[in-house]
Amino acid sequence: MDVLDLTRLQFAVVTIYHYFFVPLSISLAVTAAGLQLTWMRTGTAKYRDLTKFVGKLLIVTFAVGVVTGLVQEFQFGMGWSNFATFYGDVFGPTLAIEGMLAFFLEATFLALWYFGWDRLPRKVHAATIVIVAAGTLLSAFIILAANSFMQHPVGYSLDPRTGRAHLDDFGALLLNKVNLAAFPHTIAGALMVGGSLLLAIGVWRMKATAETGFRTLARLGAWLTVAGGAFTAITGDHLGKVMTEVQPMKMAAAEALYSTTTGAPFSAFALGKLDGSEPYFTVDIPHLLSILAAGDPDATVQGINDLQTQYTQLYGPGSYIPMIPVAFWAFRLMIGIGMIAMLVAAYYLWSTRKGREPKRWYDRQLIRLLPLIPLLPTAANSIGWIFTETARQPWIAFGISKVADGISPGLTSGEVIASLAGFALIYGIVAVVWFRLIRHLSRQPLAPPAEQPATTDSADRDLAPTY
Amino acid sequence: MITLWFCLVVLCWVLFFVLEGFDFGVGLLAPVLGRDDHERGAIVRTVGPFWDGNEVWLVAAIGVTFAAFPQWYAALLSALYLPMAAILLMLAIRGVALEFRGKGDGLRWRRRCDLALAASSGATVILWGAVLGILTHGLALGAGGQVTGTGLARSLGPLATWPALAGAALALFAALLLGSAFLALRTTGPVHTRAHRWTVRLAATGTLVLAVAGFASASRLLLAAAVLLLGVTLIARYGRETLTFAGAAIGVAGAVVAVFTRHGDVVLRSTLDPAWSLTMTGAAATGSALKLITVVGAVVLPGVLVYQAFSYWVFRKRVASERVPS
Ligand code: HDD
Ligand code: HEM
Ligand code: HEM
Repeated sequence: MDVLDLTRLQFAVVTIYHYFFVPLSISLAVTAAGLQLTWMRTGTAKYRDLTKFVGKLLIVTFAVGVVTGLVQEFQFGMGWSNFATFYGDVFGPTLAIEGMLAFFLEATFLALWYFGWDRLPRKVHAATIVIVAAGTLLSAFIILAANSFMQHPVGYSLDPRTGRAHLDDFGALLLNKVNLAAFPHTIAGALMVGGSLLLAIGVWRMKATAETGFRTLARLGAWLTVAGGAFTAITGDHLGKVMTEVQPMKMAAAEALYSTTTGAPFSAFALGKLDGSEPYFTVDIPHLLSILAAGDPDATVQGINDLQTQYTQLYGPGSYIPMIPVAFWAFRLMIGIGMIAMLVAAYYLWSTRKGREPKRWYDRQLIRLLPLIPLLPTAANSIGWIFTETARQPWIAFGISKVADGISPGLTSGEVIASLAGFALIYGIVAVVWFRLIRHLSRQPLAPPAEQPATTDSADRDLAPTY
Repeated sequence: MITLWFCLVVLCWVLFFVLEGFDFGVGLLAPVLGRDDHERGAIVRTVGPFWDGNEVWLVAAIGVTFAAFPQWYAALLSALYLPMAAILLMLAIRGVALEFRGKGDGLRWRRRCDLALAASSGATVILWGAVLGILTHGLALGAGGQVTGTGLARSLGPLATWPALAGAALALFAALLLGSAFLALRTTGPVHTRAHRWTVRLAATGTLVLAVAGFASASRLLLAAAVLLLGVTLIARYGRETLTFAGAAIGVAGAVVAVFTRHGDVVLRSTLDPAWSLTMTGAAATGSALKLITVVGAVVLPGVLVYQAFSYWVFRKRVASERVPS
């Protein structure tokens, strides 16, 4: 691998890692806010306990999100300084505004909320977690605007003299149609991750304790997973249409559709090499691709070969074809894995409806496997991003700048390998520790013991909330 | 407008170095001033609700630098690729150790977190100090506004220079002083007593070293710093904790400002040819980008200061480090 590939690999590894924790932070913050508001409205102690329980998971996850997010902020300068120089006018303000507007809110108010249970008036305290939840959504929206610029550049002009991009219209940048489509899709995907984690913990704990709160937790998680799943499908359909419009090559690659076709089918499955060197076998659903791409069963979908010819005329010689097999399979895996998670959660809801206990043998097997369910939406999310980002190749910002032109001059493979190894090591340790802490925190009882025993030198006597 | 943004960039960096400076100091001092698990817990809790909010000043500082001076951001970070990667890794360990310490179970767990916290805090401070030192000296900027050279010589070479080493030593000292002053201010009990003693001794030693160095090099800046530290020593001696902390913070802020303004309107000096240095105007973003962040900054940052102050006020109670007999 040359230095360019290594730097791409490093970007991918570090960003995907950040994105393991981000969806959890978003969905747990939203869930905690919802639970706390429910508690305020109903006064049921169970909801207060659940709020605190989710809060502990949130704070541990958030810490990892923060330290890995910090890395993201530096990466554009470290590995992609040419990109940062040429698109700094567009990218810099977006990142700066995200920090000033969203990150300060999240960080400060999360601490106020977590440590402030018995220091703030009840309404003020509830407001803090609502602010945190709003902050996470805001930061997702702004950073996705930065990403959407790379998918579909808007609101800028190129300085003919220096070749640099100038920011013309920040409003247009934020309201990029790709962003408006990607944001709800991403949030829906995030809800699936958080929901399935709560489902997993609830089911796992119900085996060991009779506390009713865990049943509520499991069913709440299952509902979130199902709702998130339905919402990803609806928003994903829309996102696909927008993508067909702005990056037809990406969607053609997603279907490995080489020649332009009218009334194009969608292949649910394929056998053989997809790189165009030989014909391959597919199981087709007629007209579905045309529906997905344009909402019309008889629409014409452009094929890879035609687009390649078109792009060489437009942008000069070179290959504009991304890695077809990656795009093809990533697109199906994202959808397939996510939908399986949704169906499993739906089945759980059905089999435990109205207080029923799942008794049949296959139900019991399912319960045994359910603690693994968070892996599914997490995988769907990562794979979705791999699809989005690799099928954008060779562009770093679609139509205006190639990936190879973005890298820092003078960077050597040795440096990238050293930093990549460092990140892999430390991130690996952090992931293991995070998992063990989540397991440890999940094992605690939901309701606090009636009277705190006078353990005067317990480490968290003073500031930590009396859980 | 560009000068205004330069001031804002410097302000963000100053706030980061002052606020995180005491966090780092507290992390470093936890195993030193905390004799047992209970005391170390109290020490870590003094920064518990604040460190994350403080760290966002780094996000703001780097983000604002990127927004207002993209060339500066690009040149500095790509040139110092490995030191920056090391800083980020150390910051990752530190944040996680701080946040995870109280959530796990058992003495051994907390002991490990304390050690990780102290080691990573120390390493971060030293690396940042070195980077500030390098800024006073400059980098091998070429004509294109990017640093020349490749590989280890480019990205680790600047660390092994005198300005970098001096910066590292000064930063370590500053973090220790800020940290112990903060602990004296925020705790009661044995940790408080020890922190108080440490602050006085650190400040006195610092005064001495700076005075000697100042006379030796006839540097007015160093002498001014020595005078300030002398004041801090005296105030600390008489137990005025808020003032002591404020004095130390002013010292750190002054030092950071001095670093950033050392070369006038040159933001990154070229050691190869002064003509290749990056100037404020040369590195700046265009008018519309600057206007946008000015508006957002003017609206948002005062609000941030208000709610961060509110958070310091909510958690104003000192942390007790003494054991309450049961
Ligand atoms: C749980 C996760 C999950 C699930 C179940 C789905 N997606 Fe998705 N998808 C994502 C998680 C995700 C993501 C990781 O969040 C992405 C990456 C970039 C983005 O904006 O969202 C994404 C990207 C993404 C893109 C590419 C957007 C781009 O290139 O910018 C398309 C076209 C779809 N999705 C379409 C769908 C469809 C039609 C689905 C049908 C059910 C679907 N997704 C389910
Ligand atoms: C929202 C902000 C994001 C921005 C600004 C961004 C930007 C970039 C940049 C600059 C690169 C390197 C150039 C390239 O290879 O195309 C890249 C590559 C990549 N990113 Fe993103 N990214 C973002 C989000 C994500 C997320 C959340 C993920 C995954 C979870 C992701 C996955 C990847 C992958 C897999 C690559 C490597 C693609 C390749 O080189 O083939 N990105 N991204
Ligand atoms: C590659 C571009 C990215 C950059 C530069 C970046 C930067 C950051 C930073 C600096 C933080 C820490 C904030 C703090 O200190 O409180 C953070 C956390 C966060 N990021 Fe990212 N991020 C990137 C990708 C993404 C993406 C793609 C999303 C969502 C779609 C996202 C959503 C969040 C959220 C919600 C948080 C707060 C929750 C948490 O800390 O886990 N980020 N990010």
